[in-house]
Amino acid sequence: MSGPSKFQPTHPALKWFEARLPIVSLMYDSFVAYPTPRNLNFLWTFGAILSFILVIQIVTGVILVMHYTPNVDLAFTSVEHLMRDVNYGWLMRYAHANGAAMFFFAVYIHMFRGMYYGSYKEPREVLWIIGVIIYLLMMATGFLGYVLPWGQMSYWAATVITNLFSAIPWVGEPIVTWLWGGYSVGNPTLTRFFSLHYLLPFVIVAFVVLHVWALHVVGQNNPAGVEPKSDQDTVPFTPYATMKDLFYFSAFMLLFFWFVFYLPNYLGHADNYIPANPSVTPAHIVPEWYYLPFYAILRAIPNKLAGVIALFASILILAFLPWLDTSKVRSGTYRPLFKIFFWIFVAVCILLGWLGAKPAEGGYVIAAQILTAWYFLHFILILPVIGLIEKPLPVPDSITEAATGGHKKKVGVAGAIVALAVLVGLAAGTGKAEAAGEQPKPPQLTWTFAGPFGTYDRAQLQRGFQVYREVCSACHGLSLLSFRNLAEPGGPGFTTEQAAAVAAEAKVKDGPNDQGEMFERPGRLADRFPSPYPNPQAAAVAFNGVAPPDLSVMAKARTYERGFPTFVFDMLTQYQEAGPDYIAAYLTGYEDPPADFKLPDGGNYNKFYPGHATAMPPALMDDLVTYTDGTPQTAQQYAKDVAAFLMWAAEPHLEARKRLGFQVMIFLLVLTGLLYFTKKKIWHEVEKPREIAHGQDPKATKI
Amino acid sequence: MTNPSLPSEPTRRDFLYIATGAVGAIGAGFTLVPLIAQMNPDASTIAAGAPIEVDLAPITEGQVIKVTWRGKPIFISHRTAEEVKQAQSVPMSQLKDPQTDQDRTKTGHEQWLVVIGICTHLGCIPIAKSGEYNGWFCPCHGSVYDDSGRIRQGPAPLNLAIPPYRFVSDSKIEIG
Repeated sequence: MSGPSKFQPTHPALKWFEARLPIVSLMYDSFVAYPTPRNLNFLWTFGAILSFILVIQIVTGVILVMHYTPNVDLAFTSVEHLMRDVNYGWLMRYAHANGAAMFFFAVYIHMFRGMYYGSYKEPREVLWIIGVIIYLLMMATGFLGYVLPWGQMSYWAATVITNLFSAIPWVGEPIVTWLWGGYSVGNPTLTRFFSLHYLLPFVIVAFVVLHVWALHVVGQNNPAGVEPKSDQDTVPFTPYATMKDLFYFSAFMLLFFWFVFYLPNYLGHADNYIPANPSVTPAHIVPEWYYLPFYAILRAIPNKLAGVIALFASILILAFLPWLDTSKVRSGTYRPLFKIFFWIFVAVCILLGWLGAKPAEGGYVIAAQILTAWYFLHFILILPVIGLIEKPLPVPDSITEAATGGHKKKVGVAGAIVALAVLVGLAAGTGKAEAAGEQPKPPQLTWTFAGPFGTYDRAQLQRGFQVYREVCSACHGLSLLSFRNLAEPGGPGFTTEQAAAVAAEAKVKDGPNDQGEMFERPGRLADRFPSPYPNPQAAAVAFNGVAPPDLSVMAKARTYERGFPTFVFDMLTQYQEAGPDYIAAYLTGYEDPPADFKLPDGGNYNKFYPGHATAMPPALMDDLVTYTDGTPQTAQQYAKDVAAFLMWAAEPHLEARKRLGFQVMIFLLVLTGLLYFTKKKIWHEVEKPREIAHGQDPKATKI
Repeated sequence: MTNPSLPSEPTRRDFLYIATGAVGAIGAGFTLVPLIAQMNPDASTIAAGAPIEVDLAPITEGQVIKVTWRGKPIFISHRTAEEVKQAQSVPMSQLKDPQTDQDRTKTGHEQWLVVIGICTHLGCIPIAKSGEYNGWFCPCHGSVYDDSGRIRQGPAPLNLAIPPYRFVSDSKIEIG
């Protein structure tokens, strides 16, 4: 970025353009000729990975907006419409939702890398602070986006987070009212959050440009923490850094798509598949995993205002890191004492994340308070003091010396991978934690749709539909499904005529007609399933005050706590059947209450229902529905069949998703392998100093 | 491998680079498929575009009604015997987009003209029973259609399009 450009155009047209707008030379100097330290390890590729994810988020986000309706009455159904009807809509949404999680996963590695190798130290303070600003913007954007599907967690996240501002003395209440645009979270809140969620990513892009600009002014830090001194210490960005970045990005995409195609709802909350209900708060409300440590800090402090201040301080303190760390040595590799406290700090963050997902009671609160204290002490006491008292190891004279001697750095890298894997695992899984209490776990059943090659059992879906129609549909709607879905590929496999016959038996309200009157007509394939009650209030009145919930996404809206370490293994086994397991167990989980259990009026004892007192009476019994295919007519079988049917109802494109996932995985494995060998080939000359000694300048390589 | 002067090495390396680039390009190409396909009509829109039935009984002779199919206005004109005769007798040489009236109606149901009510110029909706040919007149840019919906004057290049339809019975059609 300093001195005359290395780009010397020869073509007259390019010369003409360069003289007027030197953007080609800017790109050339920034992304081709730009010298990067030769000893960068894979942790340095996360900057590029983050840039790519930002692009993915913006592209998928712009597409989601084409199908989304920011209105409290339509937001939830428009998201479901996107998932069910829009071509590849499910892919766009799952990529966007999991992309957010991957964005944070990558940014945490990026940040911890910066902290370990002292990347914030002079002259990179401004670069670091811009990074903190980007992180803050990311947190805001992630939160705003989480509100948009307008599920239960969306609504209550919006309520809780905006209420943070009510802690401000005197003006807190007016500020919150102003944020809401009303007296509670409502339609004005949703529309402004939508607007800001569209705006902020582009603000992030602007700050990323500043971040990269600042980076290219001061140059990259490196694992040795010493500045490049000679040409031998650096290699040109292209092809060396580009190929390395592409290889690691491709490898990262394997992880990303593992979630998108096989565990799309693993990192989310089942409760967010329940439409927002301003009068009922979910039993256990926790943020997404990437906010959990800060949530733990917020709850650790028993005073409202102090808690909010601690929450914001825990993020803002990062901006002061360049001045809190008093050590002159940059890289943690040469700081034996710092290294220990760095890993303790990582562990503290992980544990805070775990506590953030636990209920705020008893020992959890005390542990969170101790760890919160340590979190802040790390910055304001430990870092300044160890910088003064620590005796660092000898720092290498040059990058080349560091790169050609010893394997010591690899240990730290391996440790970082392990620790961060645990961080993600712990935080992600505990995020799924449900309300505490003694709760037997539903038995894990065998489902044909489980695993990477799972498909629905057509006969089972047809039986399940029969059970729904003859039993469940008396009280429960299936309002997000259309009759045509019954005949669509990947579903129960009814013929179009069969689906049309099912539709024709239903009465659908239509109109107004020429006379301006509403009328009833037989259903058509394009119609949605009519609900048994005109509105939730009517249903509630008919059922003792508790409206039977709609079953369209029930299989994704219910889960149970998997516990540690099962939830970690779930990532590998692709366990996504908590919903149907729970439904099957619930439907057959009725029994007589224990003697000491006080069953409320109108309640039924169910051993799998959280709290045990459920409003729904047992609905299934042996021989209730007559199967025509010889399947045993037991309540157990009915429950399993209807649970499978509801899984299809909630996730109609499951088969297409897993099929495409397999193709994408195979493709990515091939691409990643090819990129690995290409990268190796290109770097071969750099990593073989013998050849350099023979007078072959590796940087002479052109692609 | 270790000796860079071996002549075989550049070829092998070039092959690796080309293979990597090609696979990457294929991946980028396939990535575009869902990004583009998502803008095509979704399943609910397609389902809602299913055929509709229209009862012709209430339409009196000389009347033109407008129904909607797939979001498009469909004109159904119950023509008088005189109008049919006039439409059938126009010499082809006078037509910009030559087409006989018989080609634009169903045999045995010549009194019924069913056209998509969208001007073939730039998509405005023409006004029925107006213009000098007793057909349609488009107020946007002055295209004039006759009582068979054929373009006679103005900038529109083609006759009003005929939607797919069939007679379910003498007094009922299914459009689509």
